[in-house]
Amino acid sequence: MSPPTITSGLRTQGKFGKVAHYSSGYIFVDFYQIAEILRSTDIQHPEYFHKVIDCQYACPAHTPVPEYIRLIAAGRYTEAYMVNWESNVFPGILGRTCDRPCEPACRRGRIEEEPVAICRLKRVAADNKGDVRRHMPRGPFPPNGKKIALVGAGPSSLTVARDLAPLGYAIHLYDEQGLGGGMMRSQIPSFRLPAEVLDEEVGYVLDMGIHTHFRQYVNSLKSLMEAGYDAIFVGTGAPRGKDLPDLPGRWDAKAKIHIGIEWLANVAFEHTHAIGKKVIVVGGGNTAMDCCRTSRRLGGETVSVVVRSPFDEMKASPWEKEDALHEGIPIYDCHVPKSFVVENGLLKGMYFEKVEASYVGGRRKLLPTGEPDVFFEADDVLLAIGQENSFPWIERDLGIEFNQWQLPVLNETTFQSTQPRVFFGGDAAFGPKNVITAVAQGHQAAISIDLFCQGKDPNDRLVPTTQRIPQKMGIHEWAYDSYVVDDLRYEVPQEDKAITLKDRKVEVELGFDRETAFREAQRCLNCDVQTVFTLNKCIECDACVDICPTSCISFVPDGDEADLRTRLSAPADNLTQDLYVAGPLPTTRVMVKDEDVCLHCGLCAERCPTAAWDMQKYLYQVTKAGSCKHIL
Amino acid sequence: MSFIKPNFRHPGHKPNALGFLPSDYEGLLSTLCAGCGHDSIGAGIIQACFELNIEPHRLAKLSGIGCSSKTPAYFLGNSHGFNSVHGRMPSVATGANLANRDLIYLGVSGDGDTASIGMGQFVHLVRRNLNMTYIVMNNGCYGLTKGQDSATADKGSKSKSGNANVFQNIDLAGLAIELGAGFVARSFSGDKTQLVPLIKAALNHPGFALIDVISPCVTFNNNPGSTKSYDYVRQHLEATATVDFVPPADVIEVNYEDGAEVDVTMHNGSQLRLRKLQPGWNPYQKDAAVRALHEASTAGEVLTGLIYVNEVQEDLHVMLNTCERPLNQLTERELLPPLQALDAINASLR
Repeated sequence: MSPPTITSGLRTQGKFGKVAHYSSGYIFVDFYQIAEILRSTDIQHPEYFHKVIDCQYACPAHTPVPEYIRLIAAGRYTEAYMVNWESNVFPGILGRTCDRPCEPACRRGRIEEEPVAICRLKRVAADNKGDVRRHMPRGPFPPNGKKIALVGAGPSSLTVARDLAPLGYAIHLYDEQGLGGGMMRSQIPSFRLPAEVLDEEVGYVLDMGIHTHFRQYVNSLKSLMEAGYDAIFVGTGAPRGKDLPDLPGRWDAKAKIHIGIEWLANVAFEHTHAIGKKVIVVGGGNTAMDCCRTSRRLGGETVSVVVRSPFDEMKASPWEKEDALHEGIPIYDCHVPKSFVVENGLLKGMYFEKVEASYVGGRRKLLPTGEPDVFFEADDVLLAIGQENSFPWIERDLGIEFNQWQLPVLNETTFQSTQPRVFFGGDAAFGPKNVITAVAQGHQAAISIDLFCQGKDPNDRLVPTTQRIPQKMGIHEWAYDSYVVDDLRYEVPQEDKAITLKDRKVEVELGFDRETAFREAQRCLNCDVQTVFTLNKCIECDACVDICPTSCISFVPDGDEADLRTRLSAPADNLTQDLYVAGPLPTTRVMVKDEDVCLHCGLCAERCPTAAWDMQKYLYQVTKAGSCKHIL
Repeated sequence: MSFIKPNFRHPGHKPNALGFLPSDYEGLLSTLCAGCGHDSIGAGIIQACFELNIEPHRLAKLSGIGCSSKTPAYFLGNSHGFNSVHGRMPSVATGANLANRDLIYLGVSGDGDTASIGMGQFVHLVRRNLNMTYIVMNNGCYGLTKGQDSATADKGSKSKSGNANVFQNIDLAGLAIELGAGFVARSFSGDKTQLVPLIKAALNHPGFALIDVISPCVTFNNNPGSTKSYDYVRQHLEATATVDFVPPADVIEVNYEDGAEVDVTMHNGSQLRLRKLQPGWNPYQKDAAVRALHEASTAGEVLTGLIYVNEVQEDLHVMLNTCERPLNQLTERELLPPLQALDAINASLR
């Protein structure tokens, strides 16, 4: 008995269950009902094997990570770059600045100490690529007669532009700055992201015939709507940095107290060139880290980060904190700002109250320790305590509904506002997140805008493109490098501190050289090469069970999932990872594979005498706007 | 290309009482055919030794020649090993055991190595009741020389070429009972829930313990018509009893009224808890055991499980009245009597 093949896109009441719409945007037959009837995992479900590719699944844009890592290992940097560009638009930028949700998810992190350095491998592709332009869509594109306005030239707008321009849309991009890039330019310092990299990748999009309206601040959505655009996309980010307006002394030394993101933008656009010798950065996110490290380069000698939360709970990525500490910037945690000290109009410093974290019912509370308040001297203070959305330019009578936090009310799948012609994306949609999320939302918004402009329902989403490609080449030979290396994560080399601290434009990270990149790439477990089990070929010889290095496979009497998890070859405690069940077999048992720590080494398939196990590469791609993969 | 097993293991594995992980009992990556029953038996041996908390250096694995006899390379990589001459493993095992009675001896052999070329050695090994576990990986054919019928191939069983075996088979379990073995079992490589407790019990038995394990040759003897194929054995499997090995610490006295439960207490206090599946079978009675074997054979069934046990039998060292201390640890002082002792002996002969 093997599961029937279910064609994706089936829309009628099926034999095994009803058609369901899924939140992630595809339509499929109700998976749970099928599983109940067949006692087998439905591996035809597009999300099943996608979930096994932890990195790709965790990536908001679902970039096929193992696919490009293999290309890097093969020295095919241009192809590796294009796999990325297709999916995340800014490989060189993200290879330096991404928040890397993929890395904590990486399976490697569950079998040894550290995940694969996915982010920095992406940079290797960007650093070593050849001519990529010839692989990109080149205009002029035959116009389709539709005109779109994009407000803000940040990552989400640029993604919408890239997806829609080749389809013939006339794209009009508005930004108050003179260059594209949005927060990637104004908030990410050059020592992390050199301007050339930014210019190059923004250029790939703008060169598709985008009509740029730079240095033009859109101060009225109403007038834009009256300008005859078929759809308007709002990608204005979260431009307002939070302040401490009520803290004593805040307004007595205005000139020396800066809002972090505004100050960073002033540095980026060459309006600010210096800072005092003693600097306090208040806040614990990545902006705080950028502020303190930029201060060190603009004359700050004693730069400190002071943050409310405990060190481990700071919002900044661990590697950003490490880099700050490495540059001699101490981080004082559990300090809550109390007051600014200003004498004769001159800022002297700040008082902080020491607190400790206590946890009640999962909620954190910061309680004063009772110790005397701590004074920090300062010539300048940078406030990097968060940022928020701000839409003063959107009139409230246009049919766009706003919620209690003054965020637009949006359809979470289509990013369409309550005014059907207006779409949101990036930080402007659901508040500040990160570049890769903005890109992912840009792709989805582009699909919605395309459907909307074609007179279709934006809620009819697209099924992902999936492919399963057998990898067998011979008895002990696979089309992928199945051997699992023991190497621990390689460190990215950095430029000498003496050089980088002198010039804010010198990039700190040097990136992997090709040889180290190859070694790091070999650490990838190829989780996209799936273990696919064919029930009716199995003779239950146990060879796969015996050979599996990580004891993933068991043949046991049937039961429900909770029960099965207690009876397998090894503990199956990671509930976020699925059990792959197939059965019943002739002995009435079922095959259960715990996906958790599978090394994808292919030994089960090598030791299988009947090829009941096969290694098949699963390529999952989020369908982009304009693709003919519409279900209808 | 993967001829090397990755070094990563499941992070959730707990160490045994000695602090060893299952991987400490592994050997090299098998070079046998994919799907060979022998690999499953090897995995069963690894599991049994891990669960019995055997220190790897306290065990010696001995083998002859054949696919089966290659397998000790694939398990217990930290134990002693001797890959001997074809069919001559019993001699080597006897020598080793006499020299060092402190080790645990695990012999691994095949149907050719035991029932053909090694038959002369095997019968004397049983007769002498050497304290060892003797596992026969029985696939009914000579796999290493392309699958000719072996001495354990059932009469009428068809080879891969379609020819039926015309000779009477040798039943190693029945033979061992006749020759006075104190622990005789039969199992199937595809049934570890039965095999592992049997291996554990055999390793705890203070004398010669035979486990005849039907182990399909996936390349040459897994065809329709063969009586040693995965399908045939699964369809004709009859067990004497379910087998549960209980280590000494976990033994609790339970009385079963229906008499279906038999507890065999081993010399170290561990127990083999058997739940009878065959009405007439009695593990303590040779006649009943042999009869059960015959009846199963006549019916075309494969009788598995513990077949006969006599846990109080005397082993070779007891019969020969050797000293408690292993012979290889005796020094010149014990081995060369002083002059006075020689004089005393001489005087007694005058």
